[in-house]
Amino acid sequence: MTTQTEQRSTGAPVVALGTPLVGGSHERAHGAGTAGLTEVEAERSARLAAVRAGDLGSVHSWELVTAVDGPGTRLTVFLAGCPLRCLYCHNPDTMEMRRGTDVAADDLLARVARYRGVMKATGGGLTISGGEPLMQPAYVRRLLRGAKAMDVHTAVDTSGFLGAQLSDAMLDEVDLVLLDVKSGLPETYKRVTGQDLAPTLAFGRRLAARGTRTWIRFVLVPGLTDAVENVDAVADYVASLGECVERVEVLPFHQMGRDKWDELGMRYELGDTEPPSPELVERVRGQFRARGLTTF
Amino acid sequence: MSTTAVPATAHDEATIPAAWTGFVVGPWADHVDVRDFIQRNYTPYEGDSAFLAGPTARTTRIWDRLSAMFPAEREKGVYDVDPKTPSTITSHAPGYIAQDDEIIVGLQTDAPLKRAIMPNGGYRMVEKSLETYGYEPDPVVSEIFSKYRKTHNDGVFDVYPPAVRAARSSHIITGLPDAYGRGRIIGDYRRVALYGVDALIAAKKLERAELDMERSVEDVIRDREENAEQIRALGELKQMAASYGYDISGPATSGREAVQWLYFGYLAAVKEQNGAAMSLGRTSTFLDIYLERDLAAGTITEEQAQEIIDDFVIKLRIVRFLRTPEYDALFSGDPTWVTESIGGMGEDGRTLVTKTSFRYLQTLYNLGPAPEPNMTVFWSEALPAGFKEYCAQVSIDTSAVQYESDDLIRSDWGDDAAIACCVSPMRVGKQMQFFGARVNLAKALLYAINGGRDEVTGKQVAPVTAPVEGDVLDYDDVMAKFDTTMDWLAQTYVDALNCVHYMHDKYAYERIEMALHDREILRTLACGIAGLSVVADSLSAIKHAKVTALRTTDGLVTEYAIEGDFPTYGNDDDRADDIAVWIVNTFMEKIRQYPTYRKALHTQSVLTITSNVVYGKATGSTPDGRRAGEPFAPGANPMNGRDSHGMLASALSVAKLPYSQSQDGISLTSSVVPSGLGRTREEQVTNLVGLLDAYTLSNGYHMNVNVLNRETLLDAMEHPENYPQLTIRVSGYAVNFVRLTREQQLDVLSRTFHGAV
Repeated sequence: MTTQTEQRSTGAPVVALGTPLVGGSHERAHGAGTAGLTEVEAERSARLAAVRAGDLGSVHSWELVTAVDGPGTRLTVFLAGCPLRCLYCHNPDTMEMRRGTDVAADDLLARVARYRGVMKATGGGLTISGGEPLMQPAYVRRLLRGAKAMDVHTAVDTSGFLGAQLSDAMLDEVDLVLLDVKSGLPETYKRVTGQDLAPTLAFGRRLAARGTRTWIRFVLVPGLTDAVENVDAVADYVASLGECVERVEVLPFHQMGRDKWDELGMRYELGDTEPPSPELVERVRGQFRARGLTTF
Repeated sequence: MSTTAVPATAHDEATIPAAWTGFVVGPWADHVDVRDFIQRNYTPYEGDSAFLAGPTARTTRIWDRLSAMFPAEREKGVYDVDPKTPSTITSHAPGYIAQDDEIIVGLQTDAPLKRAIMPNGGYRMVEKSLETYGYEPDPVVSEIFSKYRKTHNDGVFDVYPPAVRAARSSHIITGLPDAYGRGRIIGDYRRVALYGVDALIAAKKLERAELDMERSVEDVIRDREENAEQIRALGELKQMAASYGYDISGPATSGREAVQWLYFGYLAAVKEQNGAAMSLGRTSTFLDIYLERDLAAGTITEEQAQEIIDDFVIKLRIVRFLRTPEYDALFSGDPTWVTESIGGMGEDGRTLVTKTSFRYLQTLYNLGPAPEPNMTVFWSEALPAGFKEYCAQVSIDTSAVQYESDDLIRSDWGDDAAIACCVSPMRVGKQMQFFGARVNLAKALLYAINGGRDEVTGKQVAPVTAPVEGDVLDYDDVMAKFDTTMDWLAQTYVDALNCVHYMHDKYAYERIEMALHDREILRTLACGIAGLSVVADSLSAIKHAKVTALRTTDGLVTEYAIEGDFPTYGNDDDRADDIAVWIVNTFMEKIRQYPTYRKALHTQSVLTITSNVVYGKATGSTPDGRRAGEPFAPGANPMNGRDSHGMLASALSVAKLPYSQSQDGISLTSSVVPSGLGRTREEQVTNLVGLLDAYTLSNGYHMNVNVLNRETLLDAMEHPENYPQLTIRVSGYAVNFVRLTREQQLDVLSRTFHGAV
């Protein structure tokens, strides 16, 4: 018997909290990879051609989720790359496309096919999320078309900033849009995301005009997005969209993404921000409900 | 399969016993055939739960009385023990919770929660238990069981070969039922109610007459002796019931009597056997026939029907055995596995769900949640929507329901099968198993790497083989060595189980349970494997990453360095999952090579429930990056935190394990917070139904659905070591709860349980 083993065999069970496990995601399940998908390695020009055609996309991860990202149990595909730099982003590792894995659209669609039974049994479908999926419109188009060819319910989760990239033809193949309205006041929107609010508003109006089923999401961050006027502005806008909005989800800010910012060596500005109190969450939900919106 | 005749019952209308009035007769009236009785007489129920009744004041009164005793029992470990009386069916005077207030009567001893000694399994276990809880072993009993009466435990150690002893003491074969009752045998307790004990004795006597016509060779002699014991036990069953004022020689005449008769049968079993699992069977739809008859006749109300079931379940909740703390550690707590199998579909396409299926589940509201009896729903996509929704609702409210695939069980074992313990299916009254605990395959892999030496002690346990050479592990080399080690392990394992069950039959025979079986039964040798996910991930690491073996000075590999990524089991990724499937297939094939005691059919389970902690403790570091002593994943679960693509993706990996190669069951535990199932109550129910449909349609076999409540999360904050797997989802974000800071945990708590749901 060796000393080493003697030491290890005493005490225990040794669940070294916070100790990275080799080869697996030890911290959190979300965004933990592209298991079962094949990374495509192509030379540069061939890769660019494939990307342009929508045959190849940069994928951060996939996950089978229930009760989020749309009805039922869904295959949510997180694409890499985002034009926004939201201060509260809980997946900053999806901001840059280069951090993703190149995956063929056919490979992802094979996974959609694999889960058709699951989607049917649960009333679920495919959700294309990100990052910002509309950074890769050709890829999204391929995925939507492929899913619809299999009669699979489709959802796109977007900030709407690149809504113009989602053509009417593509929207015909989208059953549900999850529209993140990150703020209602242009200056707050700019502060939160670094970008303009107007494209999101325009995109939402397009959805309303087309009658595309829409779920609105609003992340509530104390000291950043919680001002009464800001919430009123979001709520007024959402109410103005009318029938197409089926529900509003107020998502309370959390600190679970903090470590990722550190790991990426990126500056995180919300280190001292507390999650919203239950009272604050209720106040904000109340602002939406006051406008007759179904709000969670 | 032979059928057992019930003599002296002509079934023309005039001579049908009064007890059977209103029943449709058929073959069941001529010989013991409970399934036939059910099929001809039950009323499928396709409605919802609106008809159910709450607890009566009497039910609440009885339950409160018992509940007041539980804190003292938890405190001390036992409430009381009778250390002097080796328990038999008739050893103890009648016992009551509140004699004049009980609808269903009968306790294991003369007082509630008072535990009995059952030394036939092994006297050392009894002695140790008594000492632990501060009771003096009785000198007369000690003398009898050390001097005059040999036990199962003594017998086994007289015959174990050295290889088995070595494998046992190094924990590569572990949890063998060689010092305690094997359990996992389900008497068909329904027979007591349907036929009455006299008819069952008469039927057993006919079987004896058949046996007497055969030549007296060893098997026949053993069968005759067992038959004599069965008849004796049935006589004692009648005697025990009589001590409570009941004559159960004839069939039950009402719903309440049917429950009482059936319970007496079960009670006799738990008076005499301290089995690792003492399961009840599939009783709800059988009993429903009687309750429906009474309801139709207007002799009881729905409230009374529910009250009878509530009182029955109260009795099942207080089944107690005297066990040692080590035993409880292995089985995580003090479980009795009074498993009741509910629902499912019949072979003719009608659902087997009845109103009493609902009434059983309703006890979880009327009496509050409890782990026993172990409510087990046979789930099929084809079940009526109202029942599915009620199950999902009960799961969300109580976490006290587990699910098995009705389709898989029905296709192999028919529509009158039940679960023993947590996942082991068997045809009721026609099949029993030789419980085999399990081997530690993770340890076997380490033995393969180390040439048969134990990685913790350095001892040579398996035969000497060539250890791996060089620093970097080679996949083909390790696989070849692992294959050889598994050959040795399978042989040693079957050897051990044959010894165990030979002696259990000889010294601790389950007289009353087997009296409630057919003469000719199917026996299965239920082998099991632990550490599946550790081995699958280890082999995947060796194949897809670079794994370097680190040796101690005497050449023993005790640590591994891993460079690079590798696919892990639990992400619906075939590269890793195929390895897990290969392990299950390969070990099963090896098991099948070796002859079994009483020609039992080889089966296998992938089930450890929570003893994964104990197995992990005994196992050194593994090539997947798991450190020495760290727990395995429970059952067939993927390793904690490595299943990163969602709960269902994890489950779908498990669903790939072929049931045909693990017919004793494949267990999966999934945890979810209510808000992880939906925003509204209705959405949560719909989504859980959808998940269960999706899993069973994907050939998933079993799922323990653990819907976490606030108390669980609070407990996890205080005792993180008990919750290594606790993953929860917050605002679209899944996290391992015990790894969060306290501040984050509090945040999770408030957003999960204060929100609008």
